Amino acid sequence: MNSIAGLIFVAVGLTFDLLGCLGLVRLPDVYNRLQAATKAVTMGTCSILFGTFLVVGWTAAGIKALLCIIFILLTSPVAAHAISRGAHRAGVRLWEGSVIDRYAEDKEGEA
Amino acid sequence: MKTDNKTFRLLRWAVGALILGGAVALVVVRPLPFLFFRELPHLAFFGRTLYIIILACVLCLYRVGRGPTGADRIVAVDILGIMIVGLCAVLTIVTGRPWYIDIGIAWALQSFISTLALSKYLEGKGFDE
Repeated sequence: MNSIAGLIFVAVGLTFDLLGCLGLVRLPDVYNRLQAATKAVTMGTCSILFGTFLVVGWTAAGIKALLCIIFILLTSPVAAHAISRGAHRAGVRLWEGSVIDRYAEDKEGEA
Repeated sequence: MKTDNKTFRLLRWAVGALILGGAVALVVVRPLPFLFFRELPHLAFFGRTLYIIILACVLCLYRVGRGPTGADRIVAVDILGIMIVGLCAVLTIVTGRPWYIDIGIAWALQSFISTLALSKYLEGKGFDE
C-alpha cells in the first residue's frame, strides 16, 4: 500500500521535473526560464523525496528524505532570487515581449 | 523571408518533439540494467524512473552548453543540482542502500552555496559583502 502511494508521488514528481526542464529549454528569456524551471523542479523533487519516504518508511533514509525536503524548500527560492537579482544587475536584457519591469523602475526612482 | 522563418521554426519544433518522444519511447521499451538486485514491488516502474531523470538532466546540460548569457548557465546548473538530489532519492529506493540519500543532502547543500557564490560573481561584487 505504501509502495503504491510512493509510486504515485514519484510519478507526479517525475512529470514536474521533465516539464520544468522542457521549460528551461523552450522559454525565451533568463527570467522566464528561471520562473518556469525553479518552481516546477522544486515541487517535483520534493514530491520524489516524499515518495521515497513513503516507500522506505520510518527508517534513517526516510527521515533524511524529510529533512532534505525541508532543506530544499528553504534554499531553492533564495537561490533563484539571488540569481535573478544578479542577472538584472549584471544587465541581462528582458525578452522583447515583456510587458513590465518593476525592478528597473524602482532603481530609477532611487537614483 | 517571413514564411521561410516560420517553416524553419515549425521544422525545428517537429524535430525537437520527435527527439523527445523517441527518448521517452526508448525509456519505456528498453530493458532494465543489472543495477537492481533488490526484491521490490513495482521494480519495473522505479527502474525506468532513473532513465527519465537522466533525460531531464540531459535537457539541462543542453541549456548549460547553449545558453546565450552566463545567467542561463547558472540557472541550468542550479536546476541540475536540485534534480540530482531526486536521482539520489530514486537510487535509494531502487538499490536499497540508505547512504545514497546522504549524498543527496550533501549535494543540495553544496549546490546552494555554489549558486549563491556564482550569483554574487554575476553581480560583479566581491564575495564578502
